[in-house]
Amino acid sequence: MKLKGWKEITPGAVILEAGSSAEFKTGSWRAYKPVWIKENCIQCLFCWLYCPDMAIKVKDGKREEFDYDYCKGCGICALECPGKKGKKAIVMEEEGN
Amino acid sequence: MSNIYAVTGNEAVANALRQINPDVCAAYPITPQTDLMQRFASFVSDGLVDTEMILVESEHSAMSACVGASAAGGRAVTATSGPGLALMWEILFVASGMRLPILMPVVNRSLSAPLNIHGDHSDAMGARDSGWVQLWSENAQEAYDNTVQALLIAEHMDIRLPIMVCLDGFIISHSIERVEYLDDDIVKNFVGTYKPQNPLLDIQHPKSIGPLILPDLYTEYKRTQHEAMSKVKNIVLKTADDFAKISGRKYSLFETYRLDDAEIGIVILNSAAGTTKDVIDIYREKGIKVGLLKPRLFRPFPYEEIRETLQHLKALCVLDRCDSFGAFGPLYTEIASSLYLSENKPIMINKIYGLGGRDYMPEHAKIVIEELIEIANTGKVKLFKDYLGVRE
Amino acid sequence: MSEMLEVRWHGRGGQGTVTAAKVFADACLSGGRYVQAFPEYGPERAGAPLKAYNRISSQELRMHCPVLNPKIIIVADPTLLDSINVTEGAPDDAIFIINSSKDPSIIRAKLNVSKKQKVFVLDATKIAIDSFGRPMPNSPLVGALARVSGAVSLETILEDVKKSFGKKFAKKIIDGNLEAAKRGFEEVKEG
Repeated sequence: MKLKGWKEITPGAVILEAGSSAEFKTGSWRAYKPVWIKENCIQCLFCWLYCPDMAIKVKDGKREEFDYDYCKGCGICALECPGKKGKKAIVMEEEGN
Repeated sequence: MSNIYAVTGNEAVANALRQINPDVCAAYPITPQTDLMQRFASFVSDGLVDTEMILVESEHSAMSACVGASAAGGRAVTATSGPGLALMWEILFVASGMRLPILMPVVNRSLSAPLNIHGDHSDAMGARDSGWVQLWSENAQEAYDNTVQALLIAEHMDIRLPIMVCLDGFIISHSIERVEYLDDDIVKNFVGTYKPQNPLLDIQHPKSIGPLILPDLYTEYKRTQHEAMSKVKNIVLKTADDFAKISGRKYSLFETYRLDDAEIGIVILNSAAGTTKDVIDIYREKGIKVGLLKPRLFRPFPYEEIRETLQHLKALCVLDRCDSFGAFGPLYTEIASSLYLSENKPIMINKIYGLGGRDYMPEHAKIVIEELIEIANTGKVKLFKDYLGVRE
Repeated sequence: MSEMLEVRWHGRGGQGTVTAAKVFADACLSGGRYVQAFPEYGPERAGAPLKAYNRISSQELRMHCPVLNPKIIIVADPTLLDSINVTEGAPDDAIFIINSSKDPSIIRAKLNVSKKQKVFVLDATKIAIDSFGRPMPNSPLVGALARVSGAVSLETILEDVKKSFGKKFAKKIIDGNLEAAKRGFEEVKEG
């Protein structure tokens, strides 16, 4: 991306459009990524509730795949996941493996 | 009815704020400014202005509230002195960096320690690099006139920067002088209606302010601030022209006094300039060609215009009511920078005077003029930086 | 009146000396004159000796420092004559206005002034007590200063006393001060 010159920027660094944080993809910050194991998921939506980056996609009241564009890999979802019969529905794996 | 009153500097500036009728005022008391905001608060309580007065717990909060009010889309004012300005420090840069045209009279006071409440320029000089426009005022009349003109400069769409109007603590703020006010309607029309730029309260157009800017863009934002500052000079001159039409009083980037044919000169800010002018008259009667330059716009600094005005002198003394320990005074360094590019420039000396409210008397101006005569004759300087009226 | 009139007031904190200087300045605005009134800034506490100054001129007043050689020196509290040198910087033709119940000749001797220097005396404290029941000598002294300086008429001074006191005080106090200023104007005596 070409960086803007000083004549092209808004005075006072005001960001004039709403919701522009969607353009800033933070997925590349991850060292570990969460992996969803669907068969162990009880759809409690704790992961959606706890995720600080809104990186759990939900459709019709049920969770779907992670939104890896924004997931920073903090691991809170994996920690909070109750799983099913002692088996976690979210586990953390090292990136690049 | 006559518009001429005997009032203090604080009273005159408070009256200008009443006539401006700002949307928001957030202030915290500090000597010698307290009396200014106390008077303005009375105008609020008496229903003479529509201003929302916010009482805060510190100057840091006062400036923060002004930043919020200004970003929301209101015309915001405050006022402070000395340590109060120092406590605002962090937020001064936020106000200028966010390009918010806040108006702040600064009743100049020294900084502690030792604790001192009196007139001194250390406060505003310390804030000279904060990105605020600075206008300086010799007397109550100039403080009033500068306050009326300030918003037209700050709010100009090419500028959008906060502005300080400086006046000497006690010497001007608490002394009663003859001041000629403009009619309320005239000031109201002159100042006009505030047009906010990208206000937060324009909820049809949501926006974010105060974002994190990383090294890849920060310099570009600072460059825009410099660009805005570079346009201030012309707007100050245009505003002064417009102001002359409503008041008959003329202002410029700086004032010169008997300088055109002068051989020696004095550069001095604010109230001490008046005393110096009277002493210059005495020396002029003796045939000594001495003149004075009194800066009005200190930020941005009009380097070229000042160079043109001072370069013909043989000897020049810059007086600072503020010290930079281990360095020349702040006004001296600016004047020296102005003259650096001249081929023929005066020999320049720096005198530190009037710290912590020490009276600047006619005899001090005489000492300076006598020394300048000697330097002009011999070309020799004893000390480039020295203190005026200090006991050994 | 000469080009510039400079006045120095000696009083004590709480006596209304600074107010008196302000009232005088305000009254002198008439005729397009330039005026100044300012105290010597220091720790402000009731009872402490203080100085205040006036400058009145038909020309713009540019000087922003204490008056060094006042043409008129006013002493609002007679006890100050024993503790400070009120004649400091007085020019050869200085005029003194002293608040005292003593005879002008006694005050003149005490000040030890030269023949050219004039001494006026006024029992301002007594006038104040008679007029409004409080030992505040400022109104009679403003009246006396108007008379001695010739800078401003009694009528103008009275208007200004009314204006200055009108905001803060009851009618009884205002009327008392008007009476006091008038008596000050009339009763000041040269010694």
